[in-house]
Amino acid sequence: MEDEFEGTFDTEGVIKKFMFVNRKAPYGTIYALESLETVLISAAFEQDTSVAFVDDGVYQLKKGQDTTGINMKNFSPTYRALEGYDVEKLYVEKESLEARGLTEDDLVVDVEVLSAEELSELMDEQDVVLSA
Amino acid sequence: MAYQIEGKTIEHDEEGYITNINEWTSDLAGIIAKDEGIDMTDEHWEVVNFLRDYYNEYQIAPAVRVLVKAIKKKFGPEKGSNKYLYELFPYGPAKQACKIAGLPKPTGCV
Repeated sequence: MEDEFEGTFDTEGVIKKFMFVNRKAPYGTIYALESLETVLISAAFEQDTSVAFVDDGVYQLKKGQDTTGINMKNFSPTYRALEGYDVEKLYVEKESLEARGLTEDDLVVDVEVLSAEELSELMDEQDVVLSA
Repeated sequence: MAYQIEGKTIEHDEEGYITNINEWTSDLAGIIAKDEGIDMTDEHWEVVNFLRDYYNEYQIAPAVRVLVKAIKKKFGPEKGSNKYLYELFPYGPAKQACKIAGLPKPTGCV
């Protein structure tokens, strides 16, 4: 019985592929900020983490955000801290970017731009996909 | 709950982190440090100032693992170690130094 227990709970060294998918604009709802905080916290567990930005989620990475008028903290600089947390796989969906007239140069961090098809293949490879 | 400094009242939460980061001054840092039982040396200031710069740049207080790595990058391996930083801030370099620096509790610390 004891042996069985040890086997069940021995998860040390197990690394899963986590993808956080951001689909919403940065302000107006709490989703973007909560998702970012979840990514930062999960980074402590040394998993294979990636973050994707799709639909209005691409606005989260837009340069030149000014939140003085809405009385909220501009948290876009925090995306640049992800590298220090060893979260280096950032993906942006090409179609979402183009539909909003944006290019990679408009973003606060270096990202890999993938087509919807490439991104969906990548999602298929994940153990866990969390969408916000 | 509040710190008193030169007739001014500066609010803090139940753990001693100040509520409004814009109210921070270096004199206040000295008072918080005293409450924490820390005598501020140049080495303590180096870490506190580093944290304030980090916060200005990224708008978060770093987790301890990230802090150690960033200090190592800037000041070299001797200072960028858990041992060195825990000697300066025995109750946790991120938690304690952030409190003295007037920053929020680091993201990811419970």
